[in-house]
Amino acid sequence: MARNVTQRRKILNTAAAWTIGLLIFFPILWTILTSFKTEAQAIADPPIFLAFDWTLENYGAVMERSNYSRFLWNSIVIAGGSTILGILIAVPAAWSMAFVPSKRTKDILLWMLSTKMLPAVGVLYPIYLLFIQFGILDTKIGLVIVLMLINLPIIVWMLYTYFKEIPGEILEAARMDGASLKEEVLYVLTPMAIPGIASTLLLNVILAWNEAFWTLNLTAAKAAPLTAFIASYSSPEGLFYAKLSAASTMAIAPILVLGWFSQKQLVSGLTFGAVK
Amino acid sequence: MATQHSRSAARIMMAPAVILLLGWMLVPLTMTLYFSFKRYLPLRGGDLGWVGFENYIRFISSSSFWPSVMTTLTIVGGVLAITVVLGVFLALLLNQPMWGRGFVRILVIAPFFVMPTVSALVWKNMFMDPNYGLLAHLWEFFGATPVEWLSQASLTSIVMIVSWQWLPFATLILLTAIQSLDSEQLEAAEMDGAPATKRFAYITLPHLGRAITVVILIQTIFLLSIFAEIFVTTGGAFGTKTLTYLIFQRVLESQNVGLGSAGGVYAIILANIVAIFLMRIVGKNLDT
Repeated sequence: MARNVTQRRKILNTAAAWTIGLLIFFPILWTILTSFKTEAQAIADPPIFLAFDWTLENYGAVMERSNYSRFLWNSIVIAGGSTILGILIAVPAAWSMAFVPSKRTKDILLWMLSTKMLPAVGVLYPIYLLFIQFGILDTKIGLVIVLMLINLPIIVWMLYTYFKEIPGEILEAARMDGASLKEEVLYVLTPMAIPGIASTLLLNVILAWNEAFWTLNLTAAKAAPLTAFIASYSSPEGLFYAKLSAASTMAIAPILVLGWFSQKQLVSGLTFGAVK
Repeated sequence: MATQHSRSAARIMMAPAVILLLGWMLVPLTMTLYFSFKRYLPLRGGDLGWVGFENYIRFISSSSFWPSVMTTLTIVGGVLAITVVLGVFLALLLNQPMWGRGFVRILVIAPFFVMPTVSALVWKNMFMDPNYGLLAHLWEFFGATPVEWLSQASLTSIVMIVSWQWLPFATLILLTAIQSLDSEQLEAAEMDGAPATKRFAYITLPHLGRAITVVILIQTIFLLSIFAEIFVTTGGAFGTKTLTYLIFQRVLESQNVGLGSAGGVYAIILANIVAIFLMRIVGKNLDT
């Protein structure tokens, strides 16, 4: 009897959760579906869900018309470059804070976090001006630098949290056995730290890929990544739903896949360890 | 354990990150402060000298200031209310025994990974368009007149779009917090005959308190500066001009840098008020 009740509750829970989950996911699903329709089918009344002539022509049209590959390349360079640069700078900092903590470590960490709170719009013009001065407006290197700086606090924090979990005794034992600092870092620490570094990398690629304040304001024709490419669809001419959908699907697909892998790290990464 | 030698090595290893962030914080901030006390119009005469607090007064007394503050508060408040309430509900549901929980989790978290320009445009065109949008079809199906979402109900529309983007974040964090709840406590309460509503109000909700606070604070910081969602949907028209958007227009569109910078200082102060509370919570959790 009791088992029946729990079984029934499980069925109800499953039904409710699946319904809500599909509802939340629906806009993405609809975008993906629409990207395979013809423009006429995309605005058909009543809307067509699955029974349409699946076509790939929108993908071809988007790639042809808007030089999609250049935007994609810009996104990859900017998101990848800023993350790798950030990690290179953050690893030594996080390492030293985790293994050689001083009285000030906590203050430094919190201060780093506080730089993340600076509203971008408050420093928009100075950055704009500096970019012009240094001739890096509308360049990939400019965006790599800015996105690296805005994500650096998160990178340091995430790495710090991961490094903290590596037991210091292991390092001591290695030292006792006569390992040099170099060997200690290379053979003991690095293998243990790789999972943490990998998930930091993942989350920050996602954040940089989707960043849409600096990428919109500091780029024009040359260095614009996918965020700006999509924004160019905001003043449409003629039929364009299917093409918009194809462009959107291409812009979000790689990150959706990466994102699903990183969902566990997302929580501690984005709450700075306040929720684990 | 830490020797003098390793301490100075540690300092050197920290230096690049600290120096970069210090520069990133101080240089633009100083420039914003500097410009905010100047009459500075790059396209119409450039630097026209010091004006004291005039920009600060003009920014506040302009007719678009208070509406923009109200718009900002409405969006932040609306999104927070929706995401926290639905987030708690969803987290509770996802914590129940069910089939395919991992899959549902993936569906629920997905909107968070969609870039803001995509979600704003997809909602604007394919859902909220008064002629071809799915919501219009839905309204017609029930015999109602379709709503012109982004012009007639512009703020509601923006709140809907942004809530859709942030609900996954709230849900995921609250779910993580719920999973750390000691189930024995709940079972004991159930044995003692406490009804579900009381168990929720006296055990689950207090346990979630901290996570909810963290969600509210982090989201507030991000929501105060939402930009792309407004940029590609209404462009600040129909009463959707937030403080961030107003400053953006002053600085880049009308190139009144002095005035925009004063606005920027207000935005920084506002964000810092929220940040102080967040830092306190994070700091408490940090034992070095």
